[in-house]
Amino acid sequence: MKLFSTSSRGGRIGSIAAIATAVALAATGCAATNGDGSGDGGDSAGTIAFLPKQLNNPYTDVVLGGGEEGASAIGYDSEVLGPLEASASAQIPFIEQATQQGTNVIVIAANDPDAVGPALQTAREAGAKIVAFDSDTNPDYRDIFISQVVAKDVALIQLEIISEQIGGAGEIAILSATATATNQNEWIKFMEEELESNPDYAEIKLVAKVYGDDDADKSFQETQGLLSSYPDLAGIISPTTVGIAAAAKYISTSNYKGQVALTGLGLPNEMREFVKDGTVQEFALWDPAQLGYVAAFAGKALVDGTITGAEGDTFDAGDMGEITVGENGVAIVGPPTRFNADNIDEYDF
Amino acid sequence: MSTVTHAPAVPRSSAFKRFFTAREIPVAGALIALIVVTYIINPRFLSPQSTKDLMLNATIMVILAVAQALVIITRNVDLSVGAILGLAAFGTGTVFDMFPSIPLVLIFVIGMIFGGLLGSINGMLVTSAKVPALVITLGTLYIFRGVLSSWAGSKQYFSGDNPKAFGNLSVDTLVGIPIITIIAVVITVAVAMFMSSVRSGRDLYAIGSDPDAARLFGIPVGGRVLSAFIACGALTGLAGVLYASRYNSVGALTGSGIELDVVAAVVVGGVAIFGGSGTVAGAAIGAVLLSTITGALTATRVDKFWQQAIVGVLILAAIIIDRVVSLRRARKLRVNEAKNV
Amino acid sequence: MSKAITTNSRGQWSRRLIGHDAVIFYILISVVIISMVTVNYFASTLTVGFLLIQVLPILLIAMPMALVIVSGEIDLSVASTAGLTSATMGVLWRDSGLDIGTVMALSLLVGVLCGAFNGFLITTLGLPSLAVTIGTLALYRGLALVVIGDQKVASFPKELNAFVLSKIGNTGIPVMMIFALIVIVFFAVLLHFTPFGRGLYALGYSPQAATFVGVRVGHAKFWMFVATGIVSSMVGIFLTLRLASAGPDNGTGLELSVIAAVLLGGVSIFGGKGNIPGVVGGVLLIGTLTYALRLAKVPETALIIVTGGLLVLSVVSPSVIAWGKERIRLNRVHREVQGQSASGITRA
Repeated sequence: MKLFSTSSRGGRIGSIAAIATAVALAATGCAATNGDGSGDGGDSAGTIAFLPKQLNNPYTDVVLGGGEEGASAIGYDSEVLGPLEASASAQIPFIEQATQQGTNVIVIAANDPDAVGPALQTAREAGAKIVAFDSDTNPDYRDIFISQVVAKDVALIQLEIISEQIGGAGEIAILSATATATNQNEWIKFMEEELESNPDYAEIKLVAKVYGDDDADKSFQETQGLLSSYPDLAGIISPTTVGIAAAAKYISTSNYKGQVALTGLGLPNEMREFVKDGTVQEFALWDPAQLGYVAAFAGKALVDGTITGAEGDTFDAGDMGEITVGENGVAIVGPPTRFNADNIDEYDF
Repeated sequence: MSTVTHAPAVPRSSAFKRFFTAREIPVAGALIALIVVTYIINPRFLSPQSTKDLMLNATIMVILAVAQALVIITRNVDLSVGAILGLAAFGTGTVFDMFPSIPLVLIFVIGMIFGGLLGSINGMLVTSAKVPALVITLGTLYIFRGVLSSWAGSKQYFSGDNPKAFGNLSVDTLVGIPIITIIAVVITVAVAMFMSSVRSGRDLYAIGSDPDAARLFGIPVGGRVLSAFIACGALTGLAGVLYASRYNSVGALTGSGIELDVVAAVVVGGVAIFGGSGTVAGAAIGAVLLSTITGALTATRVDKFWQQAIVGVLILAAIIIDRVVSLRRARKLRVNEAKNV
Repeated sequence: MSKAITTNSRGQWSRRLIGHDAVIFYILISVVIISMVTVNYFASTLTVGFLLIQVLPILLIAMPMALVIVSGEIDLSVASTAGLTSATMGVLWRDSGLDIGTVMALSLLVGVLCGAFNGFLITTLGLPSLAVTIGTLALYRGLALVVIGDQKVASFPKELNAFVLSKIGNTGIPVMMIFALIVIVFFAVLLHFTPFGRGLYALGYSPQAATFVGVRVGHAKFWMFVATGIVSSMVGIFLTLRLASAGPDNGTGLELSVIAAVLLGGVSIFGGKGNIPGVVGGVLLIGTLTYALRLAKVPETALIIVTGGLLVLSVVSPSVIAWGKERIRLNRVHREVQGQSASGITRA
């Protein structure tokens, strides 16, 4: 008896309220379509939204710092949107938010090249220009990709460093980020090709690729696993800042310190301790701030219509000078830098 | 209630029989089998460095599982432990940043008090609102994580920021065992002794098997449950401090998602999810088993994708064994009662 | 007993207007109105479209989940079921050469199997659902990894991806909402207007009593878990098409959001209480609030705190209110008793 009355009461009042809400929502839609697009034009030339892979990541902070500097140089209002955890589906609500706010330029580092596609498509239809940076989306979904460096150069410099350190012979392994990360996989592909084809590396053998998912614990354990299951491992390449720091921490506290070479892409501030204690001799990276800076200028050029992202287009990138768009709409920022005990104290990022 | 009345009877049964009917045996057996099989396939699995790594990897999980077992035995659960661990770990980094020369003992005390405070929030909400801990701690999981994220932002503390002696806790060994592992073992033994021989510890079992009966029996249920949550928080806080010593960096995401792993370890270790039975030693062994699987899979070069599926199967196996054991025990009780009549 | 009588005598209308699920809708409507006025860009058809598509997975799974929780059980494996479905769908589409319709139907079978396995363990073996589904949470997600590895499959038919995101005319309402509405109505009718549904309430109230009044406990529970599996699979398929990408990690973490929304919608975690309109309100409330706060540029970290706070508040406030009412009642009784005894004394 009591049960029955509870459910029917809830049912009736609930359904009334449900209808009311539906009406309210629909009314929202009808009432305000004309309000669209008027935006807050104000005095700024436009708006730019940066969507990093995830917030609260030190590398991302440096990139975004550059982005904000670039945005203010071109007179755009900028904002940073993004999820707290790096997953593809988590980026989508933020793309939609930027779309709704009528943002002129969306600058994105994709967690998954395809998953963000449909949302970016919607944003483009609403008039936004899409600039990918750091990690590319499927080329169908963006106007231009600002790449840190030539992908092949990044791959080769890491091979060069590891080869110098292990004396040109021995087993090596790669500790990557997520298995779906576009940039990581491209570098790994170039490394594999180079190992195959370059006679200098004939005696180097890539024995394993493992994925630490850009998670400190996981990268840490994967490093342990590598070292315990490959007794003859001479070196590890970790082309990700989280991975190389976690691997360095493990090696520095284990018996493998000094036995196994480690290199890859790292942030000087995170790696300083390990370079000084000898765990890591040398590693590489570009200046992440330049990436965000150039992305802002590329966005402006797209909005102004001076470029379309086609091969051969050139645009002005402020302090970085003029930049030319290459094949597949990829624009390259600069060469990678090597960091070692001699120069690491000159950098602060 | 029943646990309380049965407890004095335990010493009467032979120690030998008790040992082999203990719930920890199948878990410990599985752990030993895993280690032996892995060792046969890849002898390097037990090289000094690997053994040390296995112990280090299990350490933090063991403490978390012991802490969680305390709460689960009282028919509650604390899902917010991942966030508490993260807060304590980041707090450790912050304290070292402000007072680099702080004595190490003090940092552990601060971590435990901090964790205990957070645990007491859970405990007070659970005992005063009379709402299941599952819901409350799901809420505080979000809240604590949010607090940590806004506190930490993109700030991370690296091992280089901490005093060398602090990092060395997870490097230095005593007779081949890492210092932080010794800490975990001492904690497990202490809590196990408390649970089996101190009155208030046994009360937790009584509360878990039948809260109403426990109340009738005169046990201060609210107070005991609150203390279990505080103890869980304090131990988790301690684990957070150790985490900061063990890993390279602590930040906003530290410890996210470990809550289900911890609950899984406790369940695999033979603690009933609805309280009243199981031991902290079992939970600790469960934690060691789950963390060793990761290492074993890598060492035997089994596709790492199988790992999670295996963990799932282990959890299911553990609860099925529990069910079988309790059914058999119930039948035996019935038979005994029939005989007595 | 006496309490029930006093509440009844106070009039049904006042009770209806202050009931938990009604309050949820008042809050929801207030949030919508306040956001329309104060948050830039919120009042737009885009809101309806984006918001509804974002909450759709949670809304769908919340329906069977409400039934599961009403009957006193829980299912934590829903997101993993969705992930396993997505992985299976990806591999089938890539390798089998079957047409997409068959692939989707076969993927739905994954949900049936996952749900049936949960149901078997819980009803036939009599294991606690909380523990079982923590186990299958790990197991199904693990199997998803085994099935597809770390690959992604992204070559689904473009028209299908577009269809999933298409809107009904100019309303901004996604076409998928029609499908969601069918699911909602199905579960609402099932719970509120059939003997099966009433049986679930009885189950949640007391399984023993339910057996006595003739509910086939095991039977009812088993099918509920199967239903949960099927809906989770549908969500897996939806997510795959929506993201245009099948992977092992689709839907990760969804289980906690669903449970939070269901509980916020007034379903008691003890079972035996709650209803579908309340759950719909709970899902929409969390979704709208998150959406509006994001548009208002509230930091992401604050949003998590809001979600958690809402959840705690929604479960704590009924007992706080009950406690307050009890105090008032006790005071009154106390006064009355005092008054009576006082008058008694004068009489004597």
